[in-house]
Amino acid sequence: MEQLRFEYAAGAPAARRVLVGVVGSGDLEVIIEPGEAGKTSIDVTTSINGYGRVWDAQLNRVFSAEPRAAMKIRIHDFGATPGVVGMRLAEAFEALDSKEPT
Amino acid sequence: MTRAVMLSRESFVELGARERARALLDPGTFRELAGPFDGLTSPWLERQGVVPQGDDGVIVAKGRIDGQPAVVLAIEGAFQGGSLGEVGGAKIAGALELAADDNRRGVPTRAVILFETGGVRLQEANLGLAAIAEIHAGIVDLRRYQPVIGVIAGQVGCFGGMSIAAGLCSALVVTREARLGLNGPAVIEQEAGVGEYDSRDRPFIWGLTGGEQRHATGLADRYVDDDAAEIRDVVAQLATAPVQDTARSERYADYLQRIATYTAGDAVHQPDPATVRRLYGERQ
Repeated sequence: MEQLRFEYAAGAPAARRVLVGVVGSGDLEVIIEPGEAGKTSIDVTTSINGYGRVWDAQLNRVFSAEPRAAMKIRIHDFGATPGVVGMRLAEAFEALDSKEPT
Repeated sequence: MTRAVMLSRESFVELGARERARALLDPGTFRELAGPFDGLTSPWLERQGVVPQGDDGVIVAKGRIDGQPAVVLAIEGAFQGGSLGEVGGAKIAGALELAADDNRRGVPTRAVILFETGGVRLQEANLGLAAIAEIHAGIVDLRRYQPVIGVIAGQVGCFGGMSIAAGLCSALVVTREARLGLNGPAVIEQEAGVGEYDSRDRPFIWGLTGGEQRHATGLADRYVDDDAAEIRDVVAQLATAPVQDTARSERYADYLQRIATYTAGDAVHQPDPATVRRLYGERQ
């Protein structure tokens, strides 16, 4: 198990909180809460050691691609591939923009 | 079943624990307590190098079932095999105790437990076992006032101390995918030998511990298809039924007598599913 932390510039705090995914084999859980204005923090706890550079590359691409709301993100990963990570993040952002009650 | 019928159904087995709870409660009434944003993760897993989950694998959802106050306790089988540790166990036990308190104050809260669990979480050992004992006590307390309905949908099944919890429920609902047993197949094989119990022999395992067999032998009350709408209807019917005079677990003397009769006779051969059905009295 390995714990990683990332920070990115961001806009105003996110409007809501969101949970997607499950800490099951090959999957991950993404927990998003509003962050402090201007900053998104991501705490990753992963069962797979030694993939810090892969996480860094993927998260950097996702969070530098377009301006996003400020979030406090916790990721609990149980061996998800980058593809699954990308889909779960997309699912979380979609839920973040949704108008339905959580 | 035709293909069209099968495709028109929403699978219950394929739903995650939170979606299962939502599927059972009246639309718009789902309200999660002690949820993933409340900081109630296991304090023990990370110290042992295991990734935790925000809700510790247990969803506590208040709401209504056919208009009646209810709490649904759903175990997430995908996280650590649905194992129960200190936090997840306390969430179920606490919710059952609060439901019983509700009843003593005149609020007729009933409970539904969605079992998907291998039992105690080995990393949390005695704390998990203590929590499971509290769950047992909570079920026995609450079932005096209102039904406590257990559902084993699959595919993890229900084993260990939580199989006792399933046995204590007012009524138990199973699917063909469900399995119910005190020990899991691999544990029995390890202790008794592969000649007696081959955990890789799926027809054999389901034949003895599967939902159909548990229903046929009267250890489960309803045998349902993997259909979210059907399971919701069956759970609603059972959860709003009057409380029975005698729970199954109170009829233990009858079960002990049946086993005593069997062991006094032909106990040198491993019982097959048909023998067990005769022994327990096959459901008509």
